Amino acid sequence: MIDFGYTLTRDRQFDYDRGDLRYYRLVRSLEPSIDLCIGCGSCSATCSAAQFTNLNIRKLHTVIRRGDTTSIKAGLRKCMFCGKCQLVCPRGVNLRNLILALNRAIEQLG
Amino acid sequence: MKPEGKRLVWNEYQKEIANDNYFYVRSCVRQNFFPAAEKTFLRYMKEMGRNVFENPSHTTCSGIGYHSDIVPFETAMTMVARQFALMSEAGYENFVTSCITSFGLYSEVLETWEHFPAVEEKIRGHLRNATGREFVKPKNLAHASDVTFKLRKDISKAGKYRLINHITGNPIRVVEHIGCHYSKMFPSKGVGGAEYPYVLIGMIEEWGGEVIDYPERRHCCGFGFRQYLVKANRGYSVSSSKKKFDSMKPYKPELILTNCPGCPMFLDRWQYAISEMEGTTYGENGQGIPVMTYEELAGLILGYDPWDLGLQVHQVPVEPLLEKMGIPYDPAKKFLDINGNSMGKPKPPSSMKFY
Repeated sequence: MIDFGYTLTRDRQFDYDRGDLRYYRLVRSLEPSIDLCIGCGSCSATCSAAQFTNLNIRKLHTVIRRGDTTSIKAGLRKCMFCGKCQLVCPRGVNLRNLILALNRAIEQLG
Repeated sequence: MKPEGKRLVWNEYQKEIANDNYFYVRSCVRQNFFPAAEKTFLRYMKEMGRNVFENPSHTTCSGIGYHSDIVPFETAMTMVARQFALMSEAGYENFVTSCITSFGLYSEVLETWEHFPAVEEKIRGHLRNATGREFVKPKNLAHASDVTFKLRKDISKAGKYRLINHITGNPIRVVEHIGCHYSKMFPSKGVGGAEYPYVLIGMIEEWGGEVIDYPERRHCCGFGFRQYLVKANRGYSVSSSKKKFDSMKPYKPELILTNCPGCPMFLDRWQYAISEMEGTTYGENGQGIPVMTYEELAGLILGYDPWDLGLQVHQVPVEPLLEKMGIPYDPAKKFLDINGNSMGKPKPPSSMKFY
């Protein structure tokens, strides 16, 4: 193998046709306000846990909607349910219940 | 969405291509990449009875610098104005470019002047002050692949070979790749617009081949200018090409046909680089997929000697395609120059089959 001084980067394109939407469907049935999210990131910006851990609520929302289940669990247990995210959400998404619903989805779906 | 409907919409994107008397401007890089492509264009144009005029004083259009964020647009426009002045001085009004990026830049400049006449006047002033020259805008602007597309039936009639496997009788499976600057910036300037550009498809179909559709068909070849020009960024370039190769491989293409200086360079060279970096090849039996410019392919169809077309400098060997098309070639002459002297033989790649 030759080292040309640069490398191949892994393709990060996501195929929406191959996403696993079971988590999204279950969470939406438990907390329909998930569909109100506009992805502004205010939740992540104010998150107390995110200051110290890898919890990122906006990213969670994105990967659930994509059906990319590999990174759903990352940081989820770090939520302290302080509710600041819910206070700043401009769309009124019930984020604490969303986290609970997601935990329940993981219990059911693995 | 029904693809047939989309094709119907894009069918309306046609352009007028002059029939004769062309002022031809070469690419600043192509002669290094595929040295006989432009010469071959001039050769078959002459054989088809067309008058093509060249002025050796013409320079780069500066598009490569403009798209690399090095040359400002005003400078680029003044350089383009000088090329137009050379055309006007020679008494021509049909401007033909060898390079896709040049074609895109000329289109962009003419479009800018159309909408901002004050800018055109300013550039005329710059050219006058710098060189004392005046110019008339071209009546017809075309890329050399447009002109070849227009002559595709004549080339087919005069041709000795077809894009058909002479053993099985099946059409050769061809991936066509259009340079981004051909019609993605100004869809109305290309045959078939941006989404279904027909310029290369027309040639492939006329010459007997089968066009392959695949998911990443309209993805960039990977050149992307700044992705390649800075060495540290070349991983982006080769990864873009790899994305295309991975996408086309299941459809078993036997040839990649291009109309841009950068695309054949990167789709050809990166196949070698990927084979050396991770051992992957994309053709049959450890071969690569041969990559050609439309001039080289037209030359093959017309029966020109493959080594006169410069096919020996391709990184991916073209011999599998020549054998399928039944085109004779002399392996002993592959690395001889025009005087019969040895040009030196490259070191064989470690993964890709070498001839």
